[in-house]
Amino acid sequence: MRKSEIWQLALIGVVALVAVYVVIDVQRPGWVNNLAFWQPEGRREIALRLGLDLQGGLQVLLAADVPDGQELDPTSMETARRIVESRVNSLGLTEPLVQAQGDRRIIVELPGIDNPDQAVETIKGTALLEFANAGTLPLAPGTLVTTSLGGPSLGQSGATPDIVTGDTVTDTTTSDVVPVETRTLETVLTGASLENVGLNIDDQNNYIVPFELDSEGAQIFAEYTASHVGQYLCIVLDKEVISCPRVDSAIPGGEAMIRGDFSYDTARQLAIQLQYGALPVPLKVESFNRIGATLGAESVDKSVRAGAIGLGVVFLFMLIYYRLPGALADLGLIIYVLLNIALYKLAPITLTLPGIAGFILSAGMAVDANILIFERMKEELRRGRGLFTAIEIGFSRAWPSIRDAQISTLIICAILFVFGTNLGASIVKGFAMTLAVGTVINIFTAVFATRTFVRQVAASAETWIAERKWLLGV
Amino acid sequence: MFNIVEKRRWYFLFSAFLIILSLAAMGVSMSRFGQPLRLSIDFVGGSIFVFTFEGPASEDAIRDVFNSYGMDSAIIQPLGAIEENTWQVRSREVTADEVGSILDSLQSQVAPIDTDTLRFDTVEPSVGAEVTRAAGLAILVASIVIVGFMWFSFRKVPHAIRYGVCTIAGMLHNLIITFGFYALMGIVAGWEVDALFLTAILTVIGFSVQDVIVVFDRIRENIPRRRSEAFETVVNRSILETIHRSLATQLNAMFVMLAIILFGGDTIKPFIATILVGMVSETYSAIFIAVPLLVVWEKGATRRAMARATA
Repeated sequence: MRKSEIWQLALIGVVALVAVYVVIDVQRPGWVNNLAFWQPEGRREIALRLGLDLQGGLQVLLAADVPDGQELDPTSMETARRIVESRVNSLGLTEPLVQAQGDRRIIVELPGIDNPDQAVETIKGTALLEFANAGTLPLAPGTLVTTSLGGPSLGQSGATPDIVTGDTVTDTTTSDVVPVETRTLETVLTGASLENVGLNIDDQNNYIVPFELDSEGAQIFAEYTASHVGQYLCIVLDKEVISCPRVDSAIPGGEAMIRGDFSYDTARQLAIQLQYGALPVPLKVESFNRIGATLGAESVDKSVRAGAIGLGVVFLFMLIYYRLPGALADLGLIIYVLLNIALYKLAPITLTLPGIAGFILSAGMAVDANILIFERMKEELRRGRGLFTAIEIGFSRAWPSIRDAQISTLIICAILFVFGTNLGASIVKGFAMTLAVGTVINIFTAVFATRTFVRQVAASAETWIAERKWLLGV
Repeated sequence: MFNIVEKRRWYFLFSAFLIILSLAAMGVSMSRFGQPLRLSIDFVGGSIFVFTFEGPASEDAIRDVFNSYGMDSAIIQPLGAIEENTWQVRSREVTADEVGSILDSLQSQVAPIDTDTLRFDTVEPSVGAEVTRAAGLAILVASIVIVGFMWFSFRKVPHAIRYGVCTIAGMLHNLIITFGFYALMGIVAGWEVDALFLTAILTVIGFSVQDVIVVFDRIRENIPRRRSEAFETVVNRSILETIHRSLATQLNAMFVMLAIILFGGDTIKPFIATILVGMVSETYSAIFIAVPLLVVWEKGATRRAMARATA
């Protein structure tokens, strides 16, 4: 055996063993679980991830609700995504998913959630703006208050996740103690009365947010300010005090402004929140779908069974039709299956029903490379060539066809992936992913690994095989 | 040597027959549903519910609930045997806040619903329009890129463009037959075109060139080796040399696809069946349509050249 061949066999062996170690369910030491360094911490666990269609749950596709052709600022889309994510996280689900899809969509997957209404309310969480009467005591910005319309929500125990400062979302886990006001403030007006919100700079170069009220709101506002001169009127967004200006005089006409310690970004953010709700980009629900958990579990069972039966038949076919080389191809096929599953766990690739179908299909097609090679080998043997020549010709002559077929499959996978990503069709993406991964792994197992096996077996038992032509299926 | 290429007129006739059948199926679908293929809510927007009641349910009771939400045109059908109490309702798109109250009404007015098997899906019509555009674009781009790739990898063969065009012909043949099959299933089994169907079509396009590539590859290899033979003979030899491989590969792909169709989940049966039909059609068209077409073209060109030479 040549040295390079020993290395090749060793490489295949190591890869196969690692795959087995990843695939089987065993307790793994912490550092192994942390190996997937490209994943954010806490998401590195080595485990199969099942898509929503396999575990059941609700999927909601949100899209920026802006007129066609209007430019969308990528940072505000990203901010919107992060806000949605922090809201979804407050639901306490296991592994929810919030992902940008293309440049104007966000896909939200909520395992175990049944009611789309509840989910959509949480996700969109329109900001509730209130003008609340604080009496003679001003409140510091950031104070959480209870108004006559209710108290802060459960998720708001820390700093609220919704307030965006600059470009970063305030981390929900900050340990800062948030002041909480124990009084219940009377709500004078809500954001529903707002008609126009702007952004401006006053004489002292401070940012202000001027607004206009509708006629009914203007009247209430005028009456309130007239009777509460000298008191504080808090501007409260989602139960958090933004600013607490003093009412210096009656304000008739329904035009006023919010003054606070604003930077350009926070002022702009507030103006947007008041106008569109708490997200920097208004979002609308484009589609949602829900799959019962039992249906998902059933699909998993059926797919596993179908895959086992289908691959079992392929296995037998290769063995019966191609004999010894077929058995070696089957060995390659086993490594192929292991490597795929290992990669799904490591990458990780979320498995969906079409994704599993893509995998099974790719395994069925994976033997195509071997078939091409072995048919060519048989042809060469029939022409009277020696075993080694036939093997080498088989692999080298079949290669262009294999390569071209793989490339055309990968091209299609790329198109499917782009198509699936831009439309939030995660099922299409799942299929494209598994098919593409399978195609690449196939080159390793069907060409490289099988060739090494065939060469080794031929080298170590040449005469024995030569005497038993039936082993080669000739 | 068995001559496949010689009998090409019969294959062309057979394919023409299949194509006519396919177009007819789409025509029937057009006249019955207004669409050559029945479109799912992914393309036209709307809602679809599948629920299993934990007790007997009647179509009228379900209809009453949907009517009370102003969805008089909802299509309500039992799935499977009536005793299974599983129903499918297709309606205009339902908003997120309506879903909860519709389900509540069904629970109280019809029968309790098994939430573990509940499934619903809603798509805005505007998204549907966009999906349709994107789908058309994806198919177009896929076809062009694949054919471009074929032309590129055979660029050193004389008349590389002919190989590309013959591949397109085979691909169109496969697409029409796959569409026709789906239109037929739409008429008899209510199959609808959804995102998965599109995935299947794109997969068929991708696989559309695999057998053609293998035969063309062999032709490319055989031409310089057998200069004395007529092009037709070389082609026929190439087909015969590769037909084992084409059939064996096809057989293996069929094994796994049949396994999924027979034992796999219901929701992906139409998807896999579409790929299966597409792939059978592709193996057939590679050997019996695309390659013989190449022969027709080459022969025609040779004859014209000879005519010019003798004139």
